[in-house]
Amino acid sequence: MAIAVYKTSRVIVQGITGKEGRYHALACRDYGTKVVGGVTPGKGGSDVDGIPVFNTVEEAVQKTNPNVSLIFVPPPFAADAILEAVGSGIKIIVCITEGIPVLDMVKVKRVIEKEGIILIGPNCPGIITPDASKIGIMPGHIFKRGSIGIISRSGTLLYETADQISKVGLGQSTCLGIGGDPIVGTDYIFWLERFEQDPETEAIMIVGEIGGDAEEKAAEYIKAHVTKPVFAFVAGASAPKGRRMGHAGAIIMGKKGTVESKYNALKEAGVHIIENPGYIGETIYKTLKEKYHFSI
Amino acid sequence: MKLHEYQAKELMSQYEVPIPEGRVAYFPYDAWMVAMELGFPVVLKAQVLTGGRGKAGGVKIAKTADEARDIAQELFGKTLVTAQTGPQGVKVRKLLVEKVSSIKRELYFSITIDRTIGKPVVIASKRGGMSIEEVSELYPEDIIKIPIDPAVGFLPYQIRRLKYDLDLVEQEKEISRIVSNLYKLFMDKDCSLLEMNPLVVTDTNHLVALDAKIEIDDNAIFRRKEIAKMRDLTEYDPDELEARFAGLNFIKLDGDIGCMVNGAGLAMATMDVIKFAGGNPANFLDVGGEATPDTIAKGFEIITRDPKVKAIFINIFGGIVRCDKVANGILQALKTVEVKVPIVVRLTGMNKEEGMEMLKNSGLAFSVAQDIKEAAHMITQITKPKKEENQTTKETNKKEK
Repeated sequence: MAIAVYKTSRVIVQGITGKEGRYHALACRDYGTKVVGGVTPGKGGSDVDGIPVFNTVEEAVQKTNPNVSLIFVPPPFAADAILEAVGSGIKIIVCITEGIPVLDMVKVKRVIEKEGIILIGPNCPGIITPDASKIGIMPGHIFKRGSIGIISRSGTLLYETADQISKVGLGQSTCLGIGGDPIVGTDYIFWLERFEQDPETEAIMIVGEIGGDAEEKAAEYIKAHVTKPVFAFVAGASAPKGRRMGHAGAIIMGKKGTVESKYNALKEAGVHIIENPGYIGETIYKTLKEKYHFSI
Repeated sequence: MKLHEYQAKELMSQYEVPIPEGRVAYFPYDAWMVAMELGFPVVLKAQVLTGGRGKAGGVKIAKTADEARDIAQELFGKTLVTAQTGPQGVKVRKLLVEKVSSIKRELYFSITIDRTIGKPVVIASKRGGMSIEEVSELYPEDIIKIPIDPAVGFLPYQIRRLKYDLDLVEQEKEISRIVSNLYKLFMDKDCSLLEMNPLVVTDTNHLVALDAKIEIDDNAIFRRKEIAKMRDLTEYDPDELEARFAGLNFIKLDGDIGCMVNGAGLAMATMDVIKFAGGNPANFLDVGGEATPDTIAKGFEIITRDPKVKAIFINIFGGIVRCDKVANGILQALKTVEVKVPIVVRLTGMNKEEGMEMLKNSGLAFSVAQDIKEAAHMITQITKPKKEENQTTKETNKKEK
C-alpha cells in the first residue's frame, strides 16, 4: 500500500522551466512518476520535453487533473507558490525550495492547517514510494520496495539511511524528508500515524537532527500510539552549541534541541537508538531479525 | 543574523521604544567625550555578537570621564571568552556608553517564533535581568507565553493581559505602545528574535529597554536591504565569511580531520561518525547542491589553511549533485590547490561508478572507501598517533561484533 504517494499519483511541477525544476521533473518521470504538467508564469503554452506548461496552477488543475504539486520556485516567491497550489485545490504539496523566510512560512502554516493540506517541506528532498512514484530530488536507484518507512529531517541523510537499509537486503515502503527549516508543513507525528496504519510498513526509521523539539514530540506520540518497531538516529552529537549547522532549524539553544534530550525521550518511548550513523542498516537488520523474528 | 545591542536599540528607538541615552565609542577618547556629555555615572558595554558578556567582564560602570576612558582603554582589544564564543573568544571593537538608569523593577519581554506551533510568540516575565532559561527552570509559573495569530496580529486583550500580569497598570499607555510597536518591528524587519532583558521600570515609573537583542532571519535578508547594511563583518570568522561568499556552508571546529560533505544533515552525521571512530572533526562543511571545481577548490583552500588538519574526509552522496561531476570537481580543484594531507573519499549515489573510476585513474593518491564507517575508520587510522593503532582496531572490531 505505502502512504501518501502511489503509482496513481498525478503530479504537476511548479517552476518546471527553471534549471532544477526541469531536471527533476524529467528525472521523476523517468522513474515512473506521472508528471502531467508544469507551471511557470509567462511560459504557458510551451512544454518541457512533452510536459505541458501553464501560466497558473488553476489552469494546470483544470487541464491535467493533478493531485500533487512539486515546487521548485525560488525562495522569494515560494510561499506564494505553495498558497497558489492550495488555492487551486491541491491537497498534497511537496516544496523543495530552501531559504524561504520564516515569516512567510508562518502565513503558509496557518492556511495549510485550516485547509487540511499535506505540505512536505520546505527545504526537503521530497517523498518516494519505491517502484511506484518519486516526487522529489532523491536518487531513485538507491531505494528498494520493502517494509521500512523512513521519516527524515535531512535530504542526504535520508539517502544515506535508505541506502544502508537497501544494502542489508531490506527495503522501504515510503520515504520522505519533512524538511530542515524551523517551520515545516508536517511533523514526524503526522507520518508516524500513517505508517502505523499502513499494512506494508513493518518498521519505522526516524532520522532526526539537533534543534527544536520535534523528536521529543514524536517520542510522546510513539509511546502512546505506535506498536511497530521504531528506530532513530539523531545527527549532531558532535555539533557545537549555539551554531546553526547548515539547516536553518539545526541549532542547539541553551539546553534545548540537544541529541541527549532527544535520545532520552525516544528511549523512554521504547525506540531503538542507533547512535553511530555508520551502523543504521546493520542495526535495523539485526534487531528485526533477532528481536522481532522477522524472516529476512 | 545577529545585530549589536546599539543597532537593536536604534531600530527600537525608530519604533518609539524608550532606550537609555547613549552613544557608541570606537576609541577610549570617544568614551571620555560621551561620558562628559551624558553625565555620571555611565555604563560601558562591549558590543560583541555573543551572549554572556556581562559575566565575562564586558560591562562596567564609570563614575568619572577619566574612569570611563581608562575602562574603555582596558576593554578595547580585550578578548571576551563566554560559553558561546569558545576558548578563542571575541575581540571588543566597540563600546556602547550609556547613562546609568535608576531601576525600580526589572522585567523580561521577547518575541520569537515558536517552531512547534509555527507562530510568533510573546514571552514575558516579572523576573527580568536573569536568563529566561533560568527563570523557566526556577519559576515556571512566572512566565507568560502568548501565541499570536499572524492573521489578526497582537490583540488588545493580549496586551491587557501583559499589563496586569507584569503589574504595569500605571504604565498602561507606555506598555501598550511599546509592545504593539515591537510586534510591528518584529514583522516589518523579519526578526527571528527580539528581546529586552531587562525592560526596566525606572524610579520615575517609566519604562526603558535597558538591554536589547535582535536577530534577523537569514533567509529574509534579501528583502531587508537596510538590515543587510548593518552586518558587522569584523564579528565573523574570516574563513567562514569567505566560504559563505563562495556559496559554502563552513563552520570551524577544533579537531584535525577536515570534512567536505554535501548536505547539512550528512555533514553533521559525518562529524558524528568521525567522533565515534575516535577522531575529531576540524570543521563542518556543506558544499551544497553545486559542487563545481571552484567551490571544491575553495573548500580545500579553507580546510588546509588550518595547520592542525592532518587528513581530509570527502563524503558525497550524489542526489542533486552527481558523483562524476564531483570527482571532476575534486580533480580540477587539486590542480589549483596544493593539498599535502591524505584524502579519504567516499562517493556514492548518482553516477557513483563513473566518479570512482575517474578518481582511480587520476594517478593521485586517494584512499577510496565503500561506506561511511569504513571511511571513518580509514581516516582515524591516519590521524591517530601510531601507538594507539592496536587499540583502535580492537575498538572497531568490538563495534562490528
